[in-house]
Amino acid sequence: MAITQLSAFLENTPGTLSQAVTAISDAGINIRALSVADTRDFGILRVIVSDVEKTKEVLSQYTLASETKVIAVKMSDEAGSLKKILNILENARINVEYVYAFTSAIAGSAYVVLRINDLDVAESVLMGHGIEMLSDEDMKDMLG
Amino acid sequence: MKNYYQKEIETASREEILKIQNEKIVKQVRHVYDNVPYYRDLMDKKGVKPEDIKSVDDIKKLPFLTKDDLREAYPYGLLGTDLKNCVRIQSTSGTTGKRVVAFYTQKDIDLWEECCARAIVAAGGTDEDVCQVCYGYGLFTGGPGLNGGSHKVGCLTLPMSSGNTDRQIQFMMDLNATILCCTPSYAAFIGESLAEQGYKPEDNKLKAGIFGAEPWTEEMRRSIENSLGIKAYDIYGLTETSGPGVSFECEEQTGMHINEDHFYAEIINPETGEVLPEGEKGELVFTSLDKEAFPLLRYRTKDICILSRKPCSCGRTHVKMTKPLGRSDDMMIIRGVNVFPSQIETVLLNEGYTPNYQIVVDRENNTDTFDVYVEFSPEQFSDKIADVQAREKALNAAMRSMLGIGPKIHLMAPKSIQRSEGKAVRVIDKRKLHD
Repeated sequence: MAITQLSAFLENTPGTLSQAVTAISDAGINIRALSVADTRDFGILRVIVSDVEKTKEVLSQYTLASETKVIAVKMSDEAGSLKKILNILENARINVEYVYAFTSAIAGSAYVVLRINDLDVAESVLMGHGIEMLSDEDMKDMLG
Repeated sequence: MKNYYQKEIETASREEILKIQNEKIVKQVRHVYDNVPYYRDLMDKKGVKPEDIKSVDDIKKLPFLTKDDLREAYPYGLLGTDLKNCVRIQSTSGTTGKRVVAFYTQKDIDLWEECCARAIVAAGGTDEDVCQVCYGYGLFTGGPGLNGGSHKVGCLTLPMSSGNTDRQIQFMMDLNATILCCTPSYAAFIGESLAEQGYKPEDNKLKAGIFGAEPWTEEMRRSIENSLGIKAYDIYGLTETSGPGVSFECEEQTGMHINEDHFYAEIINPETGEVLPEGEKGELVFTSLDKEAFPLLRYRTKDICILSRKPCSCGRTHVKMTKPLGRSDDMMIIRGVNVFPSQIETVLLNEGYTPNYQIVVDRENNTDTFDVYVEFSPEQFSDKIADVQAREKALNAAMRSMLGIGPKIHLMAPKSIQRSEGKAVRVIDKRKLHD
């Protein structure tokens, strides 16, 4: 069970992130989670949004945007939760490309987004350990 | 005291030089017509016979040769003698598709090396000097040309070739090099490296440098002179005519004397091909007067310069050319390597990119910077930084393999490269190379 993340290519210059965020907000889309990876020359904005199609459309008007399947894991908002998940993956020798976290208004819950090349294996391993993962539907329903 | 390598010819009167040129051109045109079918066809098409050429004044009747002719005739089409008489091949640095190869007989090599020897002596070289040659050795003419010239002068020659700056500096300091031959940007780099290692300009024994193969400014000359504690001399040449030493600077540093007993120079209007009078700016055209193996007549260099016959205080009488003031085509010289935008475009298309790109050339600390901005497509974009960087690296390698020099690649979003009035600006050259 994976969710859809949108990635956008940004030049590493003042204003490009704000331009992307403005485009998304002007379209009435809520950003659930966000992360920016950067190099000296460029950055990649990664977002989990309420409306993937529409976000892709507005971002594509001025930059490159692509969809990627990622795993969003629900965990309890307490010390050691992320460690537990990473240990499971490590023991299964699954490599994590990148990771970022977000919380929600649901008390006591936190979420971590995992980018993993072999999604199917990771999903079944996590499922086997009783870890709860979100779907695109869950993301839509989730309260901001 | 004034020094010349071949005083008699270097200081000959205008009349004497003309007499030599007139004798040589008549023989040379006959030689080419009889031995080079490619050029014979060009002459026949133009309706010019060898007997029409009685003096250098008649050279303007001859057809031009361009780099395209050289490519078309590759490899043997412009050869002027049997291969068994040839002893050497040299080649141009980077090219679109086919390289240009030039052939030499032993006599051609001797005359070429004499031209380089004249340049070394004009820079103050004698048989007491230690001449460090850090132009590349190999197909590139820089190393072999100056190496041969240095031998002819009797200098103790250090055939270092290019690169390995620490070793260059060690040999320079340990073996008391007095003359340095390399590209101006490498000379500047050696100067900086010496300073970084704690050497002051007076710590080395260098007195002169002979620098060429790329454009450089008067400002850069002064900066190299200060950092190395030397006098810096310009040298000009091209593989097609022989190599470095077609022309060279004397102590006056106001232009390069063309070795007129071997090369006849014209300045033409690049649009019309019309010969322009002395003092006017136009494209430099060379006719080789005595080369045997690769005797090019009216070869268009694409370099824009001005010729001057103003008397020179050094006593040399041969005509002087300015540094190239520009190009009549879109070729750039970056770190001594010839680069055409069309080559960049070819690599991009081969590698599956759009031809939306921009080349930015600048000069920082006397070294050329070379950046290529390329738009990429949604299919090529990935959410992983490493993937984008791997693309940039692969493109850099593909460019390096085509050009011999690798630009820094910057991938860009579609439509993000600026267009002016709808037309893409392909090249931004921020170097101020021409005063």
